[in-house]
Amino acid sequence: MGENLFNKVWKLHSVRELPSGQTQLFIGLHLIHEVTSPQAFQMLRERGEKVVYPGHTFATVDHIAPTDDQTRPFKDPLAEQMMKALEKNTKEFGIKLFDMKSQKQGIVHVIGPELGITQPGMTIACGDSHTSTHGAFGAVAFGIGTSQIRDVLATQCLAMAKPKVRRINVTGKLGKGVYAKDVILSIIRKLGVKGGIGYAHEYGGEVLERMSMEERMSICNMSIEGGARAGYVNPDRTTFDYIKGREFAPKGAAFEKAVDWWKSIASDKNAKYDDRVELNGSKLEPTITWGINPGQAVGISENFPEVGELPEDQQNTAREAYEHMSFEPGKPVAGTKIDVAFIGSCTNSRISDLREAARIVKGKKVAKGIRALVVPGSQQVKKAAEKEGLDRIFSEAGFEWRGAGCSMCLAMNPDKLKGREICASSSNRNFKGRQGSATGRTILMSPAMVAAAALNGKLVDVRDHLPN
Amino acid sequence: MSQNLNVKTVKGRALPLTGDDIDTDRIIPARYLKCVTFDELGQYAFYDERFREDGTKKNHPFNDPRYKGASILIVNKNFGCGSSREHAPQSLMRFGINGIIGESFAEIFADNCTTLGIPVVVAQKSDIGNLMSVVKDDPACEVRIDLESKEVCYGDFSIPVHQQESSRRVLVEGTWDSMAVLKSAAAETKQLANRLPYLKGFQEDA
Repeated sequence: MGENLFNKVWKLHSVRELPSGQTQLFIGLHLIHEVTSPQAFQMLRERGEKVVYPGHTFATVDHIAPTDDQTRPFKDPLAEQMMKALEKNTKEFGIKLFDMKSQKQGIVHVIGPELGITQPGMTIACGDSHTSTHGAFGAVAFGIGTSQIRDVLATQCLAMAKPKVRRINVTGKLGKGVYAKDVILSIIRKLGVKGGIGYAHEYGGEVLERMSMEERMSICNMSIEGGARAGYVNPDRTTFDYIKGREFAPKGAAFEKAVDWWKSIASDKNAKYDDRVELNGSKLEPTITWGINPGQAVGISENFPEVGELPEDQQNTAREAYEHMSFEPGKPVAGTKIDVAFIGSCTNSRISDLREAARIVKGKKVAKGIRALVVPGSQQVKKAAEKEGLDRIFSEAGFEWRGAGCSMCLAMNPDKLKGREICASSSNRNFKGRQGSATGRTILMSPAMVAAAALNGKLVDVRDHLPN
Repeated sequence: MSQNLNVKTVKGRALPLTGDDIDTDRIIPARYLKCVTFDELGQYAFYDERFREDGTKKNHPFNDPRYKGASILIVNKNFGCGSSREHAPQSLMRFGINGIIGESFAEIFADNCTTLGIPVVVAQKSDIGNLMSVVKDDPACEVRIDLESKEVCYGDFSIPVHQQESSRRVLVEGTWDSMAVLKSAAAETKQLANRLPYLKGFQEDA
């Protein structure tokens, strides 16, 4: 039997087996941001440690970045304090920082790939659960806690137990108006929010093979929402073409060598997996969430599910979800009124997301009373979008066009829901309070679906609103 | 480090917290992550579930005087799902929690607890139900997590528990603070780094 990518990369990065049974795993690329790293640097100082391989850690600022006025000092003194701490720590320990004035700042999971820092076959760790995004390149990438950031800084290694590997095959062909977001929400709906615990997910099949890198990133991004710490796609021509020419990509003869190595770490044709799951992509429709976790998802043509029809182990959370959301089981989900529309986050803030949303918005107006914002994932995405005139399309329609950051995905910056507002959001988590109001409500969906919801003031089937 | 880091048993009064899929945003709302140290986080554990916007207290086990001083948290399924923020276990630890017993846990959360020396052990649903009801009836009841015998004892009961074996071992053996262990293989780490072609920009023959 052949070997899968995950096991190959794990083996290549195993320094040794620890007495506990964990692996001492070498981390080839470490990404840090302002929220989860300051305490790790403090631990280094307290212990008199240095950063052992400063060249393999890159930093940026995203969670606390204000998206309206990004001039320094930030208006929020706590945000300014965190920014200063990141500047001080990266300077003191010799780490490259992509800050506001670099013109390369952005959400850590957007800039890694766009700068060509993220490459196949790497082990990638970051103090952020959406680090799985980088798996789209055929990397073994996962989120870690702050004490583990300390470990990586001081040793470039982690003590980790190796997960099992599950192959998720998405067959068929997605219909028009059905996107990567719908695929991953459907996978989480099928396997449940804890279905992936103990596994790394290998996504494959015709649907994934046809996808762009940005679509693959949206899928891998939400692996953690299904409980899987890592998710990946095998690298192929699409991957290599994306990387070629980017700032940190290998150049010339080195690139050809790299491609050979990248091909060698892909899963063998007859690779063995601990589990396999199939999903028919042709049958998927635009999908939204109705509850308080990303597994509580339904197709746009469906009704809000009756609690009794759900698997028994999901019924408690479903009851809690209905209490929070105040939706009525049995009623159609289409037509649900919204207050806010948010396009952004590490899941869906890349140029192709913005293009697709702009295609729907072009020449139309945001419905009366709806607060709508578009937040590009990075300064480079923003610049590219402005070059294409996407900013004007959004602004003319009544969307606010913002600067790069995590924005309303998690409410660590001024972009927040107020009170009981309902937000159509292209982000990744619909947890209670996630968007900054304890009673606020989040409905996850693709950026195109958010755009259509913004124009109509309610949830609609984006397939009825696609331009010809 | 000279101090004894072995975690073989954790005992104390317990605090039952009912609910599945309790995520890290609920354990510590994101706005309290705007800090550069973990020091103040204990007071913000479950903040939005414990306090109304005007600051008055809601009914919540973490506010319940009967459970004041409890050091063991009892939870249901998929506790700690969501973000990787270590702020979540840090806030629980600083609130006074030294051990957690539940039906199941999200992986990053469980790992983060282990790196802080907090055991996170899994018991059957029916056993969790019994443990919760015993503690609700008698909040003074002492609950003991024994990592060596792999059981939790309370009152007249003893229930089997499990966790990832490697996590159990690092706790029992006192090596959960992994940095020193990892550092002891610095030479092997360097050798491995030299074998990875991408670390040299694919410039040399691997």
